[in-house]
Amino acid sequence: MPGAAVEAKLWIWQRLSAAVLGICVIVHLAVIVYAVQGGLTADEIINRVSGNLAWFAFYSVFVIAVAIHAPIGVRAILNEMTPLRPGAVHAVMATFCLIILAMGFRAIIGLYTAGGV
Amino acid sequence: MFRGHRQHAHYWAFALHRIAGLLLALFLPAHFYVLALSIEGAAAMDGFIRWTDAPLVKLAETVLVILLAAHLTGGLRLMALEFIGTRESSKAAVAIGTGIALAVGLMFLLNVT
Repeated sequence: MPGAAVEAKLWIWQRLSAAVLGICVIVHLAVIVYAVQGGLTADEIINRVSGNLAWFAFYSVFVIAVAIHAPIGVRAILNEMTPLRPGAVHAVMATFCLIILAMGFRAIIGLYTAGGV
Repeated sequence: MFRGHRQHAHYWAFALHRIAGLLLALFLPAHFYVLALSIEGAAAMDGFIRWTDAPLVKLAETVLVILLAAHLTGGLRLMALEFIGTRESSKAAVAIGTGIALAVGLMFLLNVT
């Protein structure tokens, strides 16, 4: 049954990405609460991440994991709560995945190279 | 009057997890767009950050932080159910998860204002 096999694979990818995101989101929330102290400025953000390979790697993993996780979640909602056909849902999911990857890495590279790095 | 299943804590946990996930997914492109303003320079990004000083935006940010924390704790609860086999009837996990999410939101609010 190919349908069931696809569902099983997506379930595994959803849980694997969730495990990675669990760590990423804890770090992200900690950084948010820390960074907003005393007000947020672009210089502060750029100084933290620009040219820093560790943050570059962290946010790359974060974006890849969310590009897997979010479209699978949206797919489940579209399949269960809208009359969209599976083909259309698949197209939406694939497009959303590519949008997250493209916009996410544009932001990561932009911040990494900001400030003339 | 609520129908039977809607009186169940796990129904509300499911609904919150789904709504939070959807809103976070919709927020992502906007988040990345703003971060990519750094390509145009710090001034472009600062222009947007000043807009976020408005009280209503701060409130929306706090809701987003709570949604992110709630989706995290909801996901951990779900995976605990699936992989460790925590008793499904346990409402404690729902309560603890909600509490942590609200606490993170409060920490954000206390630091941002």
